Amino acid sequence: MYDTTSSTVRRLLVRGMLAGLIAGLFAFALAYVAGEPSVDASIAVEEAAAAAEHAGHGAAAAAEPEEEELVSRAVQSTAGLATGVLVYGVALGGIASLAFAFVLGRVGRFTPKATAALVAAAAFTTVYLVPFLKYPATPPAVGNPDTIGKRTTLFFLMILLSVLLGVAAVVLGRRLAPRLGNWNATLVAGAGFVAAVAVACAFLPGNDDAVQAGFPAAVLWEFRLATLGIQAVLWAVFAVAFGALAQRLLAPETVRATAGTRETVPAA
Amino acid sequence: MAEAVAPSVTPTTPVVLPVSLPVRTVLPWALFAGLLALVALYFVGAEQGALSVFAGSDVHEWVHDGRHLLGFPCH
Repeated sequence: MYDTTSSTVRRLLVRGMLAGLIAGLFAFALAYVAGEPSVDASIAVEEAAAAAEHAGHGAAAAAEPEEEELVSRAVQSTAGLATGVLVYGVALGGIASLAFAFVLGRVGRFTPKATAALVAAAAFTTVYLVPFLKYPATPPAVGNPDTIGKRTTLFFLMILLSVLLGVAAVVLGRRLAPRLGNWNATLVAGAGFVAAVAVACAFLPGNDDAVQAGFPAAVLWEFRLATLGIQAVLWAVFAVAFGALAQRLLAPETVRATAGTRETVPAA
Repeated sequence: MAEAVAPSVTPTTPVVLPVSLPVRTVLPWALFAGLLALVALYFVGAEQGALSVFAGSDVHEWVHDGRHLLGFPCH
């Protein structure tokens, strides 16, 4: 049996951040290959609109951005993008590893590897997928700058709500398991989560001003599909990498354990 | 069922399941690392957009593409 002291939590945190970094590298690769074309296309739409407004200047001159660029597009799409995605990966990897430390041995008869996969799937669903359904990502030049405050507040509120509902569903499932059995308890908790999310989506204010009329639907679709893919890759790679690291950390010691040591999952 | 066999039933189970980590050992890490992670996420996701700790828009412009492609509202 591994020790259940603070050092195990620290090791899990380090492994979670490392797995998040690895996942971030894969997510960055996909973001660069699949996401950047639609970002560039979106900026081209913005510049074309600006060019149309300044018809007197001639197309070539008007296509130049009038404000001075603080960071060039070449840097934004490489070093800038990598910074954002890698910091995101490390930060969420760390948080996910601590969520893992909380749920390990508390959600059912799962190995560390399986627990890591469940945590990653839950994180993808609650941190990205559910908020995405209500407030999907928007490419550059699409949003109305006047509503950035409102849209940011709603987006983070939706993430918080989704995570809390996810935690509530897991707690509900564990409470119902002794009475209904694991399968039915999981189904009931899952249905409850979906129903609560549906109610939240119905009552939270919409984001109709997030996309301006006339923006090309194909570019928007490509962009949103890319953002979904980036998150799917991020969490899938995290699940595999962190699962392997956590299994190596926790399982060799439990496998070595002889008869008479604690093998059952404590109630709390 | 022979009584002598009984003690060896549990140890032959191939899968050894993890014990849980006490909440009091996880909580300080979760609070400290969680706060640091949220600050990092704030700078990637929202700084110089809806709110600004630093003036200007250098942070915003640097993480611009990441912010859009990670789903954060940008502008």
